[in-house]
Amino acid sequence: MDNIAIVGAAQTTYERRKKDKTCYDLVFEMTKQVLEDSGLTLKDIDNVITVSNDFLDGRTISSMAVGEAAGAHDKNVSTVEGDGTFGALYGAMRVLGGFNTTLVVAHSKGSEGDVKHITNAMFDPIFQRFLGLEAITASALQASVYMDRYGIREESFAQVSVKNHGNAKNNPYAHLPMDLTIEDVMGSRKIADPLKLLDCSPVSDGAAAIIIANESYTSKAKTKPVWIKGLAHCAEAYFLGDRDLADPRSLRDAAEKAYAMAEITDPMKAFDVVELYDAFSYMEPLWLEGLGFCSPGEGCKLLDDGITTMSGTLPVNPSGGVLSAHALLVAGLARIIEAVLQLRGEAENRQVPGAKTALAHGINGPCGQSHCVWVLSSEK
Amino acid sequence: MTTERDYGQLLTLTFSTPMPYEWSIGKYGSLFFHEIRAHQRFIGIRCPQCGKVYVPPRRLCAPCFMELDELVILANLGTIMAFSVVNYPFPDPATGEQRPIPYTYGYIKIEGSDNIFSHIINETNVERIAVGMKVAAVFRDREEMQGNIQDIKYFEIME
Repeated sequence: MDNIAIVGAAQTTYERRKKDKTCYDLVFEMTKQVLEDSGLTLKDIDNVITVSNDFLDGRTISSMAVGEAAGAHDKNVSTVEGDGTFGALYGAMRVLGGFNTTLVVAHSKGSEGDVKHITNAMFDPIFQRFLGLEAITASALQASVYMDRYGIREESFAQVSVKNHGNAKNNPYAHLPMDLTIEDVMGSRKIADPLKLLDCSPVSDGAAAIIIANESYTSKAKTKPVWIKGLAHCAEAYFLGDRDLADPRSLRDAAEKAYAMAEITDPMKAFDVVELYDAFSYMEPLWLEGLGFCSPGEGCKLLDDGITTMSGTLPVNPSGGVLSAHALLVAGLARIIEAVLQLRGEAENRQVPGAKTALAHGINGPCGQSHCVWVLSSEK
Repeated sequence: MTTERDYGQLLTLTFSTPMPYEWSIGKYGSLFFHEIRAHQRFIGIRCPQCGKVYVPPRRLCAPCFMELDELVILANLGTIMAFSVVNYPFPDPATGEQRPIPYTYGYIKIEGSDNIFSHIINETNVERIAVGMKVAAVFRDREEMQGNIQDIKYFEIME
């Protein structure tokens, strides 16, 4: 793969309701901010990718309404409907395909629609939707399968919530920085067994943007380039019942491909920091297994052993993760941005000292139907 | 879901539940509706670079990629640039009910603005409506205003 890099990054704070801003406002502000961050002007941007979802925005071809706010007037603009990591992956492909620079911007305002309605509408209308299946219930099934397979206790998942909400206290962008104990999580309101309120991410309003450039263009940017060493995505079956929910196969496949591209053989040794898509507490250990940081069923042990805490050898979600801020579609791009900040050494209070190689991860579809894995490095 | 089914060979499924939304109108959109309520007139916004006046006001001049903040007061008057008398049944998006037909959809240039505003014109006889005619906005009674586009009832052709 040719050398390409992320040369600009911007994100909003994440909060429950940004009543003062329209989606257009959020996209415009992120576009301005990511250009400022990179030191590039709109003239330097060859093409634009917006990330949006029609059900979330309540608008047909929602991308058409925000293109100009993304600076795409008279430019080549296209859209990814899905998580921001997939939008960014398409952006990387465009730069690999001959463009000098791509600006990727994602937005969502979960506060404007009814997210339970919207995630219910992910499912098959004939056989599943009317039963009430949506993101939380589907995830509760996945947590339950995972616990049953390996004899995991709810307390192990609660620990993830404690760690990530605690990490969020160091992240000025986070929605839910919190000092919690395992008892707090265990005692929080039952949402869908085994998930309790504090096992679930919030629904946040927010937006984020990055600029990807080819090697010859990185010197035009004022930022320290963060090199894309490997990236891959993989999907599996639509129907939950066609998948082994305790075995994230598409994540294993995506990770394998991304690692091969980046010439990584031992991920535990290779990475200094991980930002992954923990929409629910159980997802962090399960995705760590899929990413090959440990054997299947051993994910919770990584936290028990202190490996994934800020003082461990592999801090996972120093930002507080998706559990602490979950703007749908934006959250995966936020993982990439957090990794970029780590590799630039600009992550301030959440900085992992000396981080050189980072992993960012996003999911699409219920229970991680598809996964996108990014290997990023401060070194070419 | 349907309550009665026709058990023919190939079944279908009906979905008729509304999807609710609460959209932010934003700073300038809110000003636009406040101005209608307060003064029964429009507010536009001028681009400092190209000078173009947009109505309703917006945050950005897209061709200039320039943030806007110079508000311009505009009268409730305009010119018909195009129109269409609509004759097909269509559920009113505001109520879900069948909207009475015919009605006339208009493309109206508000005096002092450079883009074109769209609204209803209260004339359905094509013999009595033409491009170039002057129109004036007619508003809801103030106490009935809700801060939305229907606070303008329609545009009326001026004698």
